[in-house]
Amino acid sequence: MVVLEDSSEFQLEIDSVTMSFGGISALHDVSLSVEKGQIYSIIGPNGAGKTTLFNCISGMYRAQRGSIKFDGKELMRLKPPEIAHMGIARAFQNIELFQGMTVLDNLMSARGHLSHYGFLRAAIYLGKCRKEEIKSRDWVEEIIEFLDMQAIRKTPVAGLPYGLQKRVELGRALAMEPKLLLVDEPVSGMNIDETEDMARYLLDINEEMDITVVLVEHDMGLVMDLSDRVTVLNFGTKIAEGTPQEIANNPVVVQAYLGEAES
Amino acid sequence: MSGSYKVSYKEDMAIFQNLWVKVWLIIFIILAVFSPILLNRYQLSILNEMGIATIGALGLNLLIGYTGQLSLGHGAFLAIGAYTSALLTGKLGIPFFLSLPLSGLMASLLGLVVGIPSLRLKGLYLALGTLAFAFIVEYILFHWDLTQGDLGMAVKRIGIGDYVIRSQRQYFYLIMAFATFAVICTKNLDRSKIGRSFKAIRDRDIAAEAMGIPLAKYKVMAFGISAFYGGVAGCLMAHYNRWIVPGSFDISLSIAYIAMIIIGGLGTVLGSVLGAILITGVPHGIVYVVDLLKGDYPALSGFIIDFKLGIFGLIIVLTLLFEPKGLFGVYQRTKVYFKTWPFKY
Ligand SMILES: Nc1ncnc2c1ncn2[C@@H]1O[C@H](COP(=O)(O)OP(=O)(O)OP(=O)(O)O)[C@@H](O)[C@H]1O
Ligand SMILES: [Mg+2]
Repeated sequence: MVVLEDSSEFQLEIDSVTMSFGGISALHDVSLSVEKGQIYSIIGPNGAGKTTLFNCISGMYRAQRGSIKFDGKELMRLKPPEIAHMGIARAFQNIELFQGMTVLDNLMSARGHLSHYGFLRAAIYLGKCRKEEIKSRDWVEEIIEFLDMQAIRKTPVAGLPYGLQKRVELGRALAMEPKLLLVDEPVSGMNIDETEDMARYLLDINEEMDITVVLVEHDMGLVMDLSDRVTVLNFGTKIAEGTPQEIANNPVVVQAYLGEAES
Repeated sequence: MSGSYKVSYKEDMAIFQNLWVKVWLIIFIILAVFSPILLNRYQLSILNEMGIATIGALGLNLLIGYTGQLSLGHGAFLAIGAYTSALLTGKLGIPFFLSLPLSGLMASLLGLVVGIPSLRLKGLYLALGTLAFAFIVEYILFHWDLTQGDLGMAVKRIGIGDYVIRSQRQYFYLIMAFATFAVICTKNLDRSKIGRSFKAIRDRDIAAEAMGIPLAKYKVMAFGISAFYGGVAGCLMAHYNRWIVPGSFDISLSIAYIAMIIIGGLGTVLGSVLGAILITGVPHGIVYVVDLLKGDYPALSGFIIDFKLGIFGLIIVLTLLFEPKGLFGVYQRTKVYFKTWPFKY
């Protein structure tokens, strides 16, 4: 089994990840594997450790134990920028946009590592710098069009309504040209129309842009509709994994959610 | 995506974006060409000071306004630039056009030295770290034989071959050329990935990292670039005043620069320029007023000059209270006002 690891068809492999804050165990021995091209959902009640798992993947938290591999490469010792450069992008649960910048600049700012020029060239802004900037702008404009953000291109993010800010979050992550996209509760606080839009975006991202999506979401309808596979976390422990159908019919899962609802 | 759209956003990426800015640019060029003919030496000297201050303010704004790293040590970088050039031209006979970039580089190098330990510090702690650095620089300038402490150093005139710069008018053209170049470079940095990374770190450093922006690299780079501008400004100041003492680069100079970028507008190029003009102008304005009132209140002059720093402080506080975006904010609002004017361009 150890020998076979390198030839794994999984793009993201999380193996026995354990992480605790002081006494609280936020993740306990969590393992899961995501295939390339999947939409993989992670669900669970509040405080189950979903965001913590994302933070471990993107290098913002360092798990005490376990291994996280992306395309066969270990991520555990890497810093967030290095992990981002490998092609893992993130849309945050609580909006973490650059509030003082425009929508356009927020998106452009995620492409720094894809434009290869230094500060001296930047100061002159000729040749390579200009070429790379135009290339970046081309890509970003396509995302702006894809997410229907043409009208707010030059608007400072701080003034935008919540639903739009969530969309900019997604756009900024896409601007990185990721292979794997981590999306944390993209439709929380959104109305039905906005939720439907978001569902369509996520499907298009997965199918047309060919990006693997790992989704954390409380909206069960969305999870059931989109996901190829679902993992359920409860109090930091994985309690079930399977297709949406299997999860919906799993008594342990139902129990976990009912327990949450009663308390 | 349609081709016409691409064309329009390439225009959108231009350095000076709209007619409004271009009109100002033309006015500026006309003024720059004719002011040496129209103004007297004293008035020109004020413009020269403003030009030098602009370069320094652009640098400090990159560090504080763009990257969000508070520094109380900008004056020290000017000092390093000033003394480096004074020593290089005075003791080693190196020509000004080499010593200018070298003094920038020297300041930049020390900027990196300050920047690296500062990676662990934020906000006030960082400010204290830079202040400590400024005190060390001041101490060295006071006590090192070469720099002659209190006595100060004479600085050579700027010369290119046999051509020596002597008059305010010559200084004016030289300083304006450098200031303009500095403005253009900063504008370019601003619209490149460098400026965006700086601002991303300022706005949300955790998210910046997750977007692939290495914090350490850009924070240190901001220190290095900012110090380079400081060093160049210091070098020009030294050769312009032709006499430097450590006291001219103390904490009050750093505070004057902070006042410039706050009142001008944090994180904008235009703000740096406007702030530099205003804060450099204020002491001259005071002198002017004092001269008018001297006949009636002879004791006034000493009194008010002592309070220069207090006046800068007051300007900072009032700006933060009433117009946190500074003069740039005022400019923006006026622009919007004129854009809604019946005939748009
Ligand atoms: N930085 C931290 N310091 C201390 N405790 C933390 C930290 N981050 C998370 N936790 C704890 O870890 C547990 C899991 O939190 P996490 O944010 O991962 O939950 P979640 O599944 O994302 O919940 P939600 O659905 O509400 O977003 C919680 O008990 C939380 O209090
Ligand atoms: Mg969460």
